[in-house]
Amino acid sequence: MGLIVEARGLHKHFGALHVLRGIDLAVAERELVFVIGPSGSGKSTLLRCLNRLEQPSAGSVVVDGIDMLDRRTDLNRARQRIGMVFQSFNLYPGMTALGNVTLALRKVAVRPRREADATGLAALDRVGLADRAGHMPSQLSGGQQQRVAIARSIALEPRVMLFDEPTSALDPELVGSVLAVMRSLRESGMTMVVVSHEMGFARAAADRVVFMADGAVVEEGAPEAMFGAPRHERTQAFISQIQRH
Amino acid sequence: MSGWDRFAATFLDRGVMARYLPDIASGFVLTVELALLIVLTGLAAGLVLALVRSLGVRPLNWVIIFAVDLFRALPPLVIIVLLYFGLPGAGITPSGFVATWASLSLVLMAFAEEIFWAGLMAVPRGQWEAARSTGLGFAQTLGWVVLPQALRITIPPLTNRTIAITKGTALGSVVAVSEILAQSQSAVSFSSNPSPLTLGAAAYLVLFLPVVAFGRWIETRFRA
Repeated sequence: MGLIVEARGLHKHFGALHVLRGIDLAVAERELVFVIGPSGSGKSTLLRCLNRLEQPSAGSVVVDGIDMLDRRTDLNRARQRIGMVFQSFNLYPGMTALGNVTLALRKVAVRPRREADATGLAALDRVGLADRAGHMPSQLSGGQQQRVAIARSIALEPRVMLFDEPTSALDPELVGSVLAVMRSLRESGMTMVVVSHEMGFARAAADRVVFMADGAVVEEGAPEAMFGAPRHERTQAFISQIQRH
Repeated sequence: MSGWDRFAATFLDRGVMARYLPDIASGFVLTVELALLIVLTGLAAGLVLALVRSLGVRPLNWVIIFAVDLFRALPPLVIIVLLYFGLPGAGITPSGFVATWASLSLVLMAFAEEIFWAGLMAVPRGQWEAARSTGLGFAQTLGWVVLPQALRITIPPLTNRTIAITKGTALGSVVAVSEILAQSQSAVSFSSNPSPLTLGAAAYLVLFLPVVAFGRWIETRFRA
């Protein structure tokens, strides 16, 4: 199986702050990679470098064979193949759920409205919200909003989905519905990179867990090994702290 | 003669009012034309400047900020007088109408730019990121996602500022624009009676009260 994401030697500076210190990350097709680590370890920055919402200071990023850092790359086209889900949902407040899902289909993929609506409805159906297509984001619960955000990404049929703490802003009773959607995405064979603190989900669904600290990958491995018998001291400390909660 | 009678004879002389009504009506029409032109060009120019500023080209932004601060700091009357009496020295002779229109447009542009800019800045970064991550370009994100939200926020302050500046059309009377105030004043000197001024005030109310009421309605509607 080929690699969908291949990041090498990634560095990122924010002024004097050295946030990423030489990260290598490869994600195979249909793989679900879970990235964990203390806050400030650079997980989100790593994710945002993959679709170039953040410009890496050094290194290379290739996604689905496209060099994301090449000047000649059509970034907007490339980004359609990389779905991203944010902690704060970031739905467009002035548009219905369906409007949110179809905007990029109509403006970037340039589909006629009827076709875009059909694709959008199918995407909403996949997240279990076809009956909410006409609702405004403010009329939806946090969990529903996040599922609409997921639908917005999958409607573009991305090759990989990036999740940046997708459940961190949710009330505990709403987390399950979002995780269920992520699980069904995984079962459909979607390649996923997930930054999250949902360790239960990581154990159940991840192929590989990557532990980051201070802008570097400390340790990675299968979930059983990472949670059951982490080798590094930092990983052990982090995992035991997380599991105490 | 009682006090009221004296007041009525001075400010509410029916004969004088009837005689000069047509003049003030023509002043009214001119004021409306002038005000509409100012709103159109001022708001359009302000929006364009705010959009250009959002591109984030440093030297360009310095120029914009300088111009905006300049026209916000200068009293509108000073700008009108400068353009009207100063431009002929540069070989351009604007009419009073053009000088007033250009001056107030510049002032409205400056204030509108700041308001539009504040509106654009108020839209959360996450909106940009979500749109860009789905492949929308800068202009598409601005046009379809950010600007509609920004405009919504800017409508109340923009309405208030627009009203305040279009009222400045009265300043055109200084450079021979025969708008409401100028017509009233010349009627006062011809008739030696201030009643036309009352008529002029009434004309301003007819023109601006609905606009002010509209602004109030907009403010309640868009506050949420």
